[in-house]
Amino acid sequence: MARRGRARHSGTAPTPETETGPATPVPVIQIQRLTKAYGHGDATVHALRGPDDPETGLPAGVSLDIDEGDFVAVMGSSGSGKSTLMNILGCLDVPTAGRYLLDGIDVGHLDEQQLSLVRNRKIGFIFQSFNLVPRTSALAQVELPLAYAGVKAAERRKRALAALSLVGLSERSGHKPNELSGGQQQRVAVARALVTAPAMLLADEPTGNLDSHSTEEVLQIIDGLNATGRTVVLITHEDEVAMHAKRVLRLVDGKVISDVRQGPVAGPPPVLAAQLRQRAAAGELIGGRQ
Amino acid sequence: MIFWQILRFAIGGLAANKVRSALTMLGVLIGVASVILLLAVGNGSSAAVKNSITSLGTNSLTVSSGASFGGSRSAATTKKLTVADAKALADPSAAPDIKSVAPVVSTSATAIYGDISYTPGSVLGTYPAYFETANEKIAKGDYFSADDVLNARKVAVIGSTTATQLFDTDDPVGKSISLGGTPFTVVGVLQTKGGSTGFSDPDDVVIAPLPTVQNAFTGFSSVSQILVQATSADTTTQAQSEITSVLMGTHSLTDPTKLDFRVSNQASLLTARESTTKTFTVLLGAVAAISLLVGGIGITNIMLVTVTERTREIGIRKALGAPKAVILGQFLTESTLLSVLGAGLGVAVGLIGSHFKVVGIVPVVIPSSVLGAFAIAVAIGLFFGSYPANRAASLRPIDALRHE
Ligand SMILES: Nc1ncnc2c1ncn2[C@@H]1O[C@H](COP(=O)(O)OP(=O)(O)OP(=O)(O)O)[C@@H](O)[C@H]1O
Ligand SMILES: [Mg+2]
Repeated sequence: MARRGRARHSGTAPTPETETGPATPVPVIQIQRLTKAYGHGDATVHALRGPDDPETGLPAGVSLDIDEGDFVAVMGSSGSGKSTLMNILGCLDVPTAGRYLLDGIDVGHLDEQQLSLVRNRKIGFIFQSFNLVPRTSALAQVELPLAYAGVKAAERRKRALAALSLVGLSERSGHKPNELSGGQQQRVAVARALVTAPAMLLADEPTGNLDSHSTEEVLQIIDGLNATGRTVVLITHEDEVAMHAKRVLRLVDGKVISDVRQGPVAGPPPVLAAQLRQRAAAGELIGGRQ
Repeated sequence: MIFWQILRFAIGGLAANKVRSALTMLGVLIGVASVILLLAVGNGSSAAVKNSITSLGTNSLTVSSGASFGGSRSAATTKKLTVADAKALADPSAAPDIKSVAPVVSTSATAIYGDISYTPGSVLGTYPAYFETANEKIAKGDYFSADDVLNARKVAVIGSTTATQLFDTDDPVGKSISLGGTPFTVVGVLQTKGGSTGFSDPDDVVIAPLPTVQNAFTGFSSVSQILVQATSADTTTQAQSEITSVLMGTHSLTDPTKLDFRVSNQASLLTARESTTKTFTVLLGAVAAISLLVGGIGITNIMLVTVTERTREIGIRKALGAPKAVILGQFLTESTLLSVLGAGLGVAVGLIGSHFKVVGIVPVVIPSSVLGAFAIAVAIGLFFGSYPANRAASLRPIDALRHE
């Protein structure tokens, strides 16, 4: 598969991706001059800094737009600020400076109550370390976001079971986290993130702890979700995983150093698209023989 | 969020840590139950003492022979109490504050009725005035009369314990018993006084006219005690000094520090004992309060540990979109359930326990101690459950998740 795309540096004015399709994609995530610093004084760590401001020499912050329906892979070495960025996108953390607009709404102006609504309704978050609730069955885990959304018990159960069967775990619905393998736990976490059908799926190294087979399974699910129009942002260290994305960002020391587009925002993600094409071709072949 | 969804989260949280939940509840239970029970025991013992004070009569005085407290005992000058002493005390001109006088001899003898033989706690010989002074009331039949005393009739009034021992369910009145070989006709049965404070049973007694008992058992030389009734509870002190001066006269004594008899005011003795039991109650209450405090510290500790340990879980729940109020509600409900269930069981255990005699004392539950212990336990549980939960629920999700 030929890689198409262009490098784009952060800080440049965000232009709509007109070259990839006729429809004008809408940015669902807009971050503007975002910085995140830990600690004070000399010990300050700028986890997110962006390029330095040419005039003041201070960090100018990261600016970035992510379109609705896009599938973005964030790569970078350890400590480059990937998780920091993801936590801010997931409304789990707040930036030191800069703005984060989600669906055009400035998240910084939301109160606790509204933030919990955003986390519950708009965002599905998959953690690097699963983060399942201990001593709670897989089914109850997956039901949790629905319960907080106020969904009735019967409906909740139905949807949670559907999500579990999507990740191939309907047999394990009664198991507690300590009775599940690492890959199964990760899949429970995926089911929990997608059960509310959020418009945005944020995954922090969802395959970091998985073997190649489980990785493929999880990626297939994520590909499928993106194909149905969900925006996906995914952190990974592995090129095989990044191949699934339509756009790849590389972070170094809190700066975006490259931004490569691998596929159009509209339509299925590249790997899935290739599979579909193959299948279609095979179908034609078979059809031709008959 | 529906309330009972929160309740389900809370029950789920408790069920996830069954042993710890049970231990916390046990801590509260022990605290509450011990407060209720220990205070009930203290209260019960002072109630028993109060009971025996009223059963003795507050204006009765007992004169017995022997040196008074602190007085030096000199065998040579000791003169026994006699019926003559009693007669001297009964003289209203010498002792205006004395209402009645009853000399008492006591002995012990075996009573036989049919083929039942039983030795009552004591056999007393006295005058009819004894009954009023000692606050003995008749249940069946009648007291013996002054006429019976004058004629030294062989009649007897028996206590309720003696009656059951000898006659079981039969009516003793009119029956004849043999007391140390002498036949006596039972003319009356006394009401049960109860209130045995661990000493002899006041209902295990046979009371007969003084001369009859003297004739049959003790001889006429002396009496064991003289029971004196003052005209009222307020005049007992005057009556006491009148007794002293009259008896000093009859015993020809001059030195009030060297008496050969002793006048004791039963009521004041018992008042002293009541104050001892009050101290006892206070002491028990203090022990109980400490155990409630320890129970409370137990809840506090476990709540702090529970919430701190579950900070990550709180972070996960917040990341999934749990509003702060729901998380607070869950933890508050958990600690409410724990402390209410624990305190409720503690009340039950305390109330059940108070039905059993504890070292001879029938516990009497103080209602306010039940309410107080329950309320304190629940309040401690709520406060120390909500405080750390509030702290954790106020964290940013990422900070809660990073919590080790
Ligand atoms: N709570 C914190 N306090 C102080 N420094 C922090 C904190 N969280 C992150 N950092 C620092 O911020 C920088 C970026 O961390 P981040 O977790 O975003 O890295 P990452 O790119 O996700 O790395 P990895 O690939 O190892 O997960 C690191 O240098 C880290 O030490
Ligand atoms: Mg990370």
